[in-house]
Amino acid sequence: MKKLITLAAGTATLLGTLMASNAMAATTLEAVKNKGHLQCGVTNGLPGFSQPDEKGHWTGIDVDTCRAIAAAIFGKGDAVQFTPLTAKERFTALQSGEIDVLSRNTTWTLTRDASLGLNFTGTNYYDGQGFLIKKDIGVTDAKELNGATVCIQAGTTTELNLADYFRANDMEFKPIVFDTSEQTVQGFAAGRCDVLTSDRSQLAALRSKLADPSSAVILPNTISKEPLGPVVRQGDDQWFNIVKWVLFAQINAEELGITSENVEDMKKSDNPNIQRLLGTDGDMGEKLGLPADFGYKVIKEVGNYGEMYNRNVGPGTPLDLDRGLNALWTEGGIMYAPPMR
Amino acid sequence: MSESMAPPKRAFAPVQWMRDNLFNTWYNILLTVVVVYMIGTSIGPLLNWLFLDATFTGADPKDCVGDGACWLFINQRLNFFMYGFYPDAQQWRVDIMFFLLAVAFVPQFIERFPARRWLGIFGMTGLPIIGYILIPGGWFGLEEVQSNKWGGLMLTLILAYVGIIGSLPLGIILALGRRSEMPVIRGFCVIFIEVWRAVPLITVLFMASVMLPLFLPEGMNFEKLLRALIGITLWQSAYMAEVIRGGLQAIPRGQYEAGSALGLGYWRKMRLIILPQALTLVIPGIVNTFIGLFMDTTLVLIIGLFDILGTVQSTITDPAWQNVAIEGYVFVAFCFWVFCFGMSRYSQNLERKLDTGHKT
Repeated sequence: MKKLITLAAGTATLLGTLMASNAMAATTLEAVKNKGHLQCGVTNGLPGFSQPDEKGHWTGIDVDTCRAIAAAIFGKGDAVQFTPLTAKERFTALQSGEIDVLSRNTTWTLTRDASLGLNFTGTNYYDGQGFLIKKDIGVTDAKELNGATVCIQAGTTTELNLADYFRANDMEFKPIVFDTSEQTVQGFAAGRCDVLTSDRSQLAALRSKLADPSSAVILPNTISKEPLGPVVRQGDDQWFNIVKWVLFAQINAEELGITSENVEDMKKSDNPNIQRLLGTDGDMGEKLGLPADFGYKVIKEVGNYGEMYNRNVGPGTPLDLDRGLNALWTEGGIMYAPPMR
Repeated sequence: MSESMAPPKRAFAPVQWMRDNLFNTWYNILLTVVVVYMIGTSIGPLLNWLFLDATFTGADPKDCVGDGACWLFINQRLNFFMYGFYPDAQQWRVDIMFFLLAVAFVPQFIERFPARRWLGIFGMTGLPIIGYILIPGGWFGLEEVQSNKWGGLMLTLILAYVGIIGSLPLGIILALGRRSEMPVIRGFCVIFIEVWRAVPLITVLFMASVMLPLFLPEGMNFEKLLRALIGITLWQSAYMAEVIRGGLQAIPRGQYEAGSALGLGYWRKMRLIILPQALTLVIPGIVNTFIGLFMDTTLVLIIGLFDILGTVQSTITDPAWQNVAIEGYVFVAFCFWVFCFGMSRYSQNLERKLDTGHKT
């Protein structure tokens, strides 16, 4: 199976390069400008990251990442169309040019970065895998889970991480595999397993689906690193830079205290860092092939990283997640962007 | 000749009937009691959950209190479940199509409805053309709505409708081709049918959505929905061909010879004599295939198209709501039941009218 996947990935890469060589008449940026909108690949419904709301509008942190890129290019955050993709389709859709950027809750790993003909542009959410357990089994640490039955969703890195973790700690477990996260939580609620494992960002949402959420607790352990971020095709460095620096601009904006509300006032600021970010001074936009005020447009339309986080997954939203690792480096997290100069 | 008398009327006595059918042996008595007990104990809670304790209206998730179903969730998302991402201001176009669909097909159930035959023909010919103009737009000053915005029940109906309209004629041609005496045509039809019928629809969709774009040059992307529609239609036509071939084989050789004796050419013979008989014979099979197709359209979920099941599944995980999975799935099941039961009734109607069962 592994060989098959490698083979398929290799073929896909080969085809990707072949096609890239014969049809790259325009750069991605030119192609996007000609289309008049950005085509962005998202999940088919993951709370907080990309999910349609009551009106059928996409919301979530991955969706806002796409809007920010559209705002940087067109000055309008709504110049973007979304393509919902399943986990299996996502890389092909990007390789074949069906979408311009993939912002689909995708973990940055070496294999994906090196062998699929793709580039990860950064991390818009640092996630990690955790455990949700029934309170009455009285476990407080994942190391005590020897012999547990575990509910997992099939076909994700979650499954592999779990096996790695239990093997590394010399423990046994019995997996019960479900197809969707909905079924996984139903299985957990019905008592088919003691433990449910998933990305931490989803555990709270899954817990809230239980009839009695207080009957389950989230263990403090994080057993894997899941840096999630946007992905672009290899071979177009300008586009790679644009997607990368839009996110950096949002992170820098938070560090500098620029928000979508005060951005007009900030334009008059004397701080050269702020001036460069908002495009009132310097030629940062030009270097990327974007309008000079792309930073201003991104903050105006979507907001800085903190706003994006709080609106979609932060405290007060149904997911109710603390900033944790995703806080700025100045506030104890690891969100760090290179300087804009 | 003495006049034959009508058979004596059988009086219907409920008590006698029950004694004959429900309480005639000890195990039937036991079964009856158990079944009545099960119905009696489950129907109350079911009705309570479905209607009496259920929440139908309200403003936000917190209004869903009590033990009943939270239909408020469906109520609030109904627009999304019907139209997907189709823009609000343009939804009248879809409404017109829903209306025309009803106008064309609902009268088919009413025996004496005027011009119902013409309405049926309109539904099979004019309606797809109107839909092709109205739904994507881009003509006559209509705003263009790209297919990635279509979704919900509307998309399910489009998939099923195009699959049905496309696969029936294709299936007829393939079935005739498979019985043809020309080896090239026969060979082609046999290979086509056997290849497509031997592949699961899920594979066809996956090929269409994942592999096909890799083989096409970059920039030459035709839409995912179109790829899925072509895949579904071709796959379905292979099944249809075999159903129709069954009908063709049931027609005695004398019918073919009679047609030839009348001096009819191949196509007129088929059109006037063979196909009308063959198709009426296999109505149950055809409708069965249609119903199967209607259900199979939900498989587009795996290629990221939001049909009605897809829209529901993508929203039941919304953490703002309590667990609304059951409500969502019940709603989807109900929608499917309405359409599939409709098709089934129509076919029974047709069979009765054409008397294909040779009952009388």
